[in-house]
Amino acid sequence: MERIPILRIGDYLLATIQVDMHDQLALQLQEDLTSAIERHTSKGVLIDISALEMVDSFIGRMISDISNMGRILDARTVLVGMQPAVAITLVELGLSLQGVATALNVDRGMAMLRAAPTDE
Amino acid sequence: MDQIAGGESPLRSQHDIVMARQTVRRLSQEMGFSLVDQTKMVTAASELARNTLIYGGGGIMHWQTLKNVSKKGLRLIFSDQGPGIPNIELALTDGWTSGGGLGLGLSGARRLVNEFEIESSATTGTKVTIVRWG
Amino acid sequence: MASSTIMASALRKHQKKILGEWVQTLHDDASDSKKARISPQELNAQAEEFLQLLTAVVSSGNPEDSHSAQFKALQDFLEGLSRSRVQQGFSSAETATFIFSFKKPLFAALRTEAGSNADELAQEIWTATKLLDDLGLTTVNTYQRAREEVINRQQQEMLELSTPVVKLWEGILGLPMIGTLDSARTQIVMESLLHKIVETGSEIAIIDITGVPTVDTLVAQHLLKTVTAIRLMGADCIISGVRPQIAQTIVHLGVDLQGVTTKANLADALALALKRTGATLTR
Repeated sequence: MERIPILRIGDYLLATIQVDMHDQLALQLQEDLTSAIERHTSKGVLIDISALEMVDSFIGRMISDISNMGRILDARTVLVGMQPAVAITLVELGLSLQGVATALNVDRGMAMLRAAPTDE
Repeated sequence: MDQIAGGESPLRSQHDIVMARQTVRRLSQEMGFSLVDQTKMVTAASELARNTLIYGGGGIMHWQTLKNVSKKGLRLIFSDQGPGIPNIELALTDGWTSGGGLGLGLSGARRLVNEFEIESSATTGTKVTIVRWG
Repeated sequence: MASSTIMASALRKHQKKILGEWVQTLHDDASDSKKARISPQELNAQAEEFLQLLTAVVSSGNPEDSHSAQFKALQDFLEGLSRSRVQQGFSSAETATFIFSFKKPLFAALRTEAGSNADELAQEIWTATKLLDDLGLTTVNTYQRAREEVINRQQQEMLELSTPVVKLWEGILGLPMIGTLDSARTQIVMESLLHKIVETGSEIAIIDITGVPTVDTLVAQHLLKTVTAIRLMGADCIISGVRPQIAQTIVHLGVDLQGVTTKANLADALALALKRTGATLTR
């Protein structure tokens, strides 16, 4: 079954979403990430959506959930690379994804994770 | 106002929702919408398609490309034979509630388009029509 | 329909006369400014084409059929005419006059053709009036729509010119907002700023509202949307130029700026931004 690949970079995980996801795939990613955090006791997760041309409420909620679940497992999540059109649409839709840290790109996101103290 | 072309896309599975998004993206591009307008339309379609599938038990999306003097537009109609929405007024004001409530996000989708109409009853199911002009 | 054949033959037989009288009226009515905007040759050519197309419609099998090829040709011609009138700066009344002034010479020709038959003449004049009124209204409608398009396009261009995004420093963008913040303006501004953020990889955007006269709920909401979008993308925002009155308004309106830093002036905002991006200032 197709799955979004998760890359492990030391204490951190990177998931790059490059396909138009159906709901099941998104839920699978959520599951895979949380079990990977646990398995590797990762300190942080980067979700790269620079290739996503659309984020709807389902995907938005999935991202929020990953962030919340990660926090419970003591890992910080950073969402990187949201495209302008997607940001504008999400705001209009009424989703602000509060509580989810964001960064312009993977490099900045990684720097953010490395610099952050373990508690927020 | 003239209709240029029309078609339909089934909404019976999750893959259908992805197909519907791609169809709407292609049509929006053909109608010359700006990137932001394309994204808004695709996102609205995704929301409504999901509602049709999950809440409506499956249905269909009809699309029509429109022309009004020099403006081009896209109309999408999402219909199902599901249980209908008991309180449309309420559904139009609530967003995504964390628990309880329908959380259909209709008010959000409405903000993404220029025209929005909804008909719903227990006997006829639900029909949502949206139009976006480029 | 027997009656329209009278109009058809009137148009054919008296074409030159009708055209001559009509064009004369158009010239006489034209004010000097109008004359300057459209040449007599162009006006004549348009009048001739209209007459030909109208004759085709009236002589066709069913002149009342608004979907016939001839009618469509006539409508297309009038649509083009309306649009060019908009470009040339005519008013909608002046544009409609083109059609309405056609009535007089037409009715004169009809009278000649109908002879002494008052009933037929009355019927014919009614048919002609209906047809010309419809065409006149269509022309006005097209004119209005074309005008709106021109206005919209001009507004767009003005907006783009008046909201420049500037690079204040490495990683810091500035957006001086001047004038009123309406919905259309804010959208263009938002998009432009967001794209620049991605292009330059800037982490901080300073939105300066010194030049914005009033901040009401709508303006505050627009600002908030912009700030939210910037944050979703991974950058941050400082709002500068917040005068005490504006701060009061925002509090009174109960708008939650959600932890967005505000500064009274651009200089303070820049100093803060520099600090945040890790730059140090030495003199």
